[in-house]
Amino acid sequence: MGKTISEKILSAHSGRDACAGDIVIAELDFMMAQDGTAPLSIRSFEGMEGTAVAHPERAAFFIDHSAPSPLRAVSDLHDLMRAFASKYGFELSDVGEGVCHQVMLDRGHALPGGLVIGADSHTCTYGAVNAFSTGVGSTDLAAGLLSGSLWFRVPETMKVTVSGALRPGVFAKDIALMMVGDITADGATYHALEIGGETISAMELDGRMTISNLAVEMGAKAGLMEADDKTLAFFRGRTDAALKPVSPDPDAKYIEVVEFDVSDLVPQVASPHTVDNVGAVGEVEGTPVAEGLIGTCTNGRPDDLRVAARIVEGGKVAPGVRLIVAPASREVMLRALAEGLIEVFVEAGAVVVPPGCACCVGTHQGVPGDGENVISTANRNFKGRMGNPEAFIYLASPATVAASCLEGRITDPRRHFD
Amino acid sequence: MVIKGKAHRFSDDVNTDYIISGRYKFKTLDMNELGRHVMEDLDPGFHARLEKGDFLVAGKNFGCGSSREQAPLALKAAGVAAVLAESFARIYFRNSINNGLPALVCDTSQIADGDQLEIDLESGTISDVASGATVESSPLSGVMVDILSEGGLVEYIKKHGGLVTE
Ligand code: SF4
Repeated sequence: MGKTISEKILSAHSGRDACAGDIVIAELDFMMAQDGTAPLSIRSFEGMEGTAVAHPERAAFFIDHSAPSPLRAVSDLHDLMRAFASKYGFELSDVGEGVCHQVMLDRGHALPGGLVIGADSHTCTYGAVNAFSTGVGSTDLAAGLLSGSLWFRVPETMKVTVSGALRPGVFAKDIALMMVGDITADGATYHALEIGGETISAMELDGRMTISNLAVEMGAKAGLMEADDKTLAFFRGRTDAALKPVSPDPDAKYIEVVEFDVSDLVPQVASPHTVDNVGAVGEVEGTPVAEGLIGTCTNGRPDDLRVAARIVEGGKVAPGVRLIVAPASREVMLRALAEGLIEVFVEAGAVVVPPGCACCVGTHQGVPGDGENVISTANRNFKGRMGNPEAFIYLASPATVAASCLEGRITDPRRHFD
Repeated sequence: MVIKGKAHRFSDDVNTDYIISGRYKFKTLDMNELGRHVMEDLDPGFHARLEKGDFLVAGKNFGCGSSREQAPLALKAAGVAAVLAESFARIYFRNSINNGLPALVCDTSQIADGDQLEIDLESGTISDVASGATVESSPLSGVMVDILSEGGLVEYIKKHGGLVTE
């Protein structure tokens, strides 16, 4: 019987013929944790009486969620991570390197056909480069560090096909939000998604990563895409490893097939307080905003910064609005500097913060005030997410966030693309 | 093992940020401290009403959102003995089992806030003490039963040295 991408990758890594529903123990190609999850992993690892990391060359810790540290207690946790990584001889990505998911991709740690776990729910982002990557908790991560493998239930797969050419001013993020709105927050729970179609093939990797990033917001375990020439080109200079992309068999079995035509899609906004509370930008146009965030593992890549810079260039962020720009990694920051994008943002009155998670999860660098509305390119708008349960978070594309910050209210970005 | 306690009702899509906010969970590994703030953004009086051994009862997609294990750990530290829901988000579910906090998938529509419940963890049967009505929870997969019965993945690995197949 034909196999899905998930079944093939989990078969190859477990040495058995794995089908949806099976429980397998599979060997991991890479594992990572960040500063919100690594300290607990260390505690679990010590609880397991671990004395060595099975494959130090396959592990990394990232200091990105509260970086640089805003508090003494957090600094201590960062030091704990540094000491652990150094003791067991694996990579530590320190303050300023960027958001774990972007650095994992930049450094070629997640490869086509690979199996990766991360103690962070948006680990599903690397599905965009054909890796079966999924978020786990700290204790699972500790078991992975110690033994080099982990148990998985082979997921059923939902096939998602996207067709049609996007209109000007409409982007990958709008497709992703539309999908979450349609499939809903738990519509793909326990399933893997296989996302493809002509629209995805036509899209650059930056946009594909945005879509895979939001897979977990539908409950999915992975958001897989097939590798193509663009994928292989992305890894040139990033890895010496032989790439082994995996495609599904033509007769693979899917639990559900969903098709979207995006030819008429308009910019989308997810309104407070759930990611699947999605509608056309017109439904919330005019809502005043006090803060904007462009960045995060969803939309902090070069294509995102380019489109946002193009909109704010020559303009000014509206009085009373803070526009925070956080390139997703050092590599992205350097690219943005080389292209003059950072200068454009600063001149327009935006605040550029170091590569990392910025205010996405409310630890630092832009916690909103009571009653304030935020428009953000991130992936979650839960109450309290950015550090204040009295604030309201709207999610949108970098173009919509940039256009809204110039006006001081939620704005349809298409007027900038006429 | 049979456990008894009071039901605290919540709705669908209770995410890990509601269970324990990022405001607290990045700062400390002290679960007792985190336990004092569980469910605070949804229900500020929750911790004060919670008694040790009580149950959380929710709708679908409990624990969606981040992968942070502080969610089940803080609930456990606060005194919650089990969570019952129509469905759980995948990562939360693994984390809950890995930390020895029972997560039971069952029809929760008939359970009201304040109901006294009795749960047989072996059979998965949940009974309402007052009415005698029962619901059955879905059985766990083999590896999860093994991990839960050792009290969590840390104890399991300590004992077996790694993951073992059946
Ligand atoms: S940018 Fe936001 S969503 Fe992404 S890893 Fe950081 S905190 Fe999580």
